[in-house]
Amino acid sequence: MIRASLLLCVFAISACQEAAQPSQQSALTIEEIRSGYTFLTAETQALQDDPFANPGLLWVDRGAELFQSTIAGEASCASCHEEGLHGVAATYPAVDESSGVLLNLEGRINQCRTQHQSLDALAYESEELLALTAYIFNQSHGLPANVDISGPAEAAYQRGYDYFQTRRGQFNLSCQHCHTENWGKQLRGDTISQGHGNGFPAYRLEWQSLGSLQRRLRDCDTGVRAEPLPFGDPRYIDVELYLAARSQGLALESPAVRR
Amino acid sequence: MIRRILIAGLLVSACGGNDPRLVEPSQIAGDAIPQPLTEAPGDTHRGKIVFSERNQGHCVLCHVVQGLDAEFQGNVGPDLTYVADRLNAGQIRLRIVDYQLVRPGTLMPSYYRNHDLYQVGEAFADAPILTAEQIEDLVTYLSEMKAHQDE
Ligand code: HEC
Ligand code: HEC
Ligand code: HEC
Repeated sequence: MIRASLLLCVFAISACQEAAQPSQQSALTIEEIRSGYTFLTAETQALQDDPFANPGLLWVDRGAELFQSTIAGEASCASCHEEGLHGVAATYPAVDESSGVLLNLEGRINQCRTQHQSLDALAYESEELLALTAYIFNQSHGLPANVDISGPAEAAYQRGYDYFQTRRGQFNLSCQHCHTENWGKQLRGDTISQGHGNGFPAYRLEWQSLGSLQRRLRDCDTGVRAEPLPFGDPRYIDVELYLAARSQGLALESPAVRR
Repeated sequence: MIRRILIAGLLVSACGGNDPRLVEPSQIAGDAIPQPLTEAPGDTHRGKIVFSERNQGHCVLCHVVQGLDAEFQGNVGPDLTYVADRLNAGQIRLRIVDYQLVRPGTLMPSYYRNHDLYQVGEAFADAPILTAEQIEDLVTYLSEMKAHQDE
């Protein structure tokens, strides 16, 4: 009796993992890798390129101020990072040496706030966290993503890849169905891009705001009627790492402008 | 015995979307579902609305039907203007119900299926994307899409 029900349970569990198996389908070749920018209309491209009109730069400016400022008597970010943080964002997500945890840039900023400044962590999509993230990403503008996927990051990269390849939601689609197999095609009014994260944090016209890469991932999950993961979920950080590695050599454009 | 089934049932529902199949294997013949899913026949006019409206089938997200009054039709899937020249009603029905039955890698969503889905949004967990009636309305509408209507 007990044995039989155990067997049944194991069967039920494995049957449900079966449905969530990632597929091993096609990949982008290096020659065809293109930024989301190349799928935009000329007007949206011009908005991104114009240093006076790109709305994302407001957050960059605000981030620069926050970086210099002293909050509640704590040392400012700038006092510890005198040289600035050039090229740093391109290496994120990265494994934190002391804890072994994979951190995205938002997580790293919050770790400095809690460990080095005795301040509370900032919430995702708060104006302050967006501003600091955009400011630091902007210091890697034009550089290719340069993430380490070896050693302790290897397992996270593999999990991110699996998330990308796995069907989910009521529409039962994986990221690769749209962004690897069907980029360039029209999904109603949208041209599907290759789904790179190189423009984020980005100003989306639909959001009327700057937003993090995780906000974009939540929109894509919601689009296939999947339950989006909570902001900051480690599984999304794994996806961020996979996306950065997948974009092989594509220059960072944050703050990009997107539809 | 009853307890055993109960335990298994609980586990199945806990992992989400492993519900019983809405269409039995016996209803499938080759790449078609020959018999309608409802007693009442489908309706072309309603089918056209299901096809276009965002809160119904919204098939125009990925398909073009020339002459249809809907802006920005997508082209991720094939043009369906003359789909009935290629496919009969049973074949069209299977492709809308669950094309993955015969094409496992396909991008075409399964509109009448609840089993083996994963991470489904809470608001959508209880029912398939479309009702049996909506499927039949679509099948009737699309079955009339021939280059020569009088055939
Ligand atoms: C049904 C198709 C579809 C699926 C599935 C999908 N996306 Fe998207 N995604 C889109 C569309 C449409 C856009 C907006 C246009 C564009 O940039 O591609 C987009 C945008 C993006 C962008 C922003 C690209 C840019 O340059 O602005 C990223 C990153 C992205 N998706 C990642 C993902 C990931 C990761 C998944 C899986 C968790 C996923 N998408 C699943 C359709 C999809
Ligand atoms: C008291 C000194 C101190 C303050 C204040 C501080 N940091 Fe840091 N920061 C560090 C140290 C030390 C490291 C190296 C990793 C570690 O030990 O956490 C670091 C690492 C970083 C990194 C990663 C650098 C890399 O190469 O990977 C970023 C990004 C960063 N800090 C941003 C900030 C921001 C933004 C603020 C303000 C909100 C801030 N830091 C405030 C000391 C500080
Ligand atoms: C996310 C995109 C998408 C949506 C939404 C979508 N389809 Fe499809 N559909 C496809 C793709 C892609 C194919 C081709 C599948 C293949 O060959 O694997 C297809 C194929 C079909 C076919 C077979 C056509 C042929 O010539 O073989 C029919 C019929 C069809 N879809 C009907 C519908 C209907 C009705 C709806 C709305 C309820 C719909 N589709 C919504 C993507 C989509």
